[in-house]
Amino acid sequence: MTATDAVAFTAAQAVDALARGDLSAGELFAAYRERAAGEELNAFTWVAEEAPAVQDGPLKGVPVAVKDLFCTRGVPSQSGSRILEGYRPPYTATVVENLERAGTTLLGKTNQDEFAMGSSNENSAFGPVLNPWDRGRVPGGSSGGSAAAVAAGLTPWAIATDTGGSIRQPAALCGIVGMKPTYGAVSRYGMIAFASSLDQAGPLTRDVTDAALLLGHMVSRDPRDSTSIGLPEAIRLPDARRLDGIRLGVPEELSGEAEGIEPGVMEAFEATLRVAQELGASLETMRLPHAEHGLSAYYVLAPAEASSNLARYDGVRYGLRSDGSDLVSLYTQTRHDGFGPEVKRRIMLGTYALSSGYYDAYYGRAQKVRTKIAQDFHEAFERFDFVVTPTAPTVAFGLGTKVHDPLAMYLNDYCTVPMSLAGTPAISIPNGLSEGLPTGFQIAGPAFSENAILDAAHALEGAIGFDGSRAFSRGGMPSTPPERGAPGPLGL
Amino acid sequence: MIDREQVLHVARLARLELTDEEVARMAGELSDVLGHIERIDQLDLEGVAPTTHVVDVPNALRADEPAPSLPREVVLERAPAVEADGFSVPSPQA
Repeated sequence: MTATDAVAFTAAQAVDALARGDLSAGELFAAYRERAAGEELNAFTWVAEEAPAVQDGPLKGVPVAVKDLFCTRGVPSQSGSRILEGYRPPYTATVVENLERAGTTLLGKTNQDEFAMGSSNENSAFGPVLNPWDRGRVPGGSSGGSAAAVAAGLTPWAIATDTGGSIRQPAALCGIVGMKPTYGAVSRYGMIAFASSLDQAGPLTRDVTDAALLLGHMVSRDPRDSTSIGLPEAIRLPDARRLDGIRLGVPEELSGEAEGIEPGVMEAFEATLRVAQELGASLETMRLPHAEHGLSAYYVLAPAEASSNLARYDGVRYGLRSDGSDLVSLYTQTRHDGFGPEVKRRIMLGTYALSSGYYDAYYGRAQKVRTKIAQDFHEAFERFDFVVTPTAPTVAFGLGTKVHDPLAMYLNDYCTVPMSLAGTPAISIPNGLSEGLPTGFQIAGPAFSENAILDAAHALEGAIGFDGSRAFSRGGMPSTPPERGAPGPLGL
Repeated sequence: MIDREQVLHVARLARLELTDEEVARMAGELSDVLGHIERIDQLDLEGVAPTTHVVDVPNALRADEPAPSLPREVVLERAPAVEADGFSVPSPQA
């Protein structure tokens, strides 16, 4: 089997090929290592020299790319920040350990916005990631490296984190599948923290089956993270082809009425709604009355938590240290030199919102808005199986076009933030193209409805028949595109 | 709206040194974002309980069992400055 054939497999297909002996773990790793080490998208910040010792498990021999912010013992884990440049942690995140125990091999660490703050991957201290569909455009963020690497076929799949949309939005902009599970499904131990009440790890994959397969091995209840609860039932591989009897709610606040949704994105969304109806689903527009205030609440709560979490970067125990004549100037100078502009902005915003005299007006009110948003979803899920929206209001935008306007950048998270605040699971699947670029369709369900969401996503995926081969063949690779006739759902 | 003095006050709280240029830019940017955030002032939130946790879970308890922590030398290996088996910092009064 050629390397081109090997990387055309989805992860689930690779598992089968490895089990049949059609493919060896060494061949598969070497094929991806060559692509990851030679890529031109800046998707990776570190690539393994050789495959680590493989543990026996159901995913034995399948490589995985890991977002930089997961701690991996002895391997750079920098969270996209100058303040952690060269940092090699002495321990490994639980979710990465879970995947190693399942037999995966660590292929590399992927680029991201600094401390996961951003929607374009332009806030990385290690440079922006380019979108494989159009290298003049962003891949989305904050998990832009993971998403671009999956879309370009530089890795079979990747793990990432989502705080306000950081898995779903880059999945949409890169034409792949991304899922944020219920808050608490996956341990946060060893994930470099951004906003602890919102951060959740999840999969970025080429298709819905792979998302289920990877998520199933990520989930656990971990004594080292007291907010982790696992899932009440194991993740199944989805097999649904129809949506008969499924009730879909379309929130006007997050679709037709939403600020800044591009017409082409709305058309692609509506086309998928018609597909859902053809598959037997019923549709009804409905309201999530507080969803429009999600961004406001989020941009108080997430920076507030970040300002507290990032207090640990003080130049004393690890990471960057700048010279200071006394202890306070050592702190202030280290933080000045080590943090980038967006991280400074959020630390300032969060510190302000938590400061004496402003706490009730900002943080206190935002936590009440969060309660109202969660109640809106709770009521919606009494009437509907799922709430569906466009994942991001726009297709991938040009590099540099929003980086100097924080508010315009934040509006990218408009449709994904409400689910993060409510702690509920949501998936983004490719939804067709607008202006030749991918758009995402978001399916959100009640807490612990991962299996139902994956089934619905699988049925829609089959009917939509999205072709992601353009990003794959252009890849990050300077070399020739993959040969025609290779297996896999990429239309190759 | 946030003025220069407020930016400097918050930066001190956050232990963050900012250049004059950063202070000027931050005042404008924070004002814009806070202007958007202040839309939540329109909402009637009387009697609404603030969120404490998004998933309905009782206290998370685990057995209190001693386990080894990281060896001192492994931790100090990553420190920018070490003295007498500890992290070294300048005197607060220097």
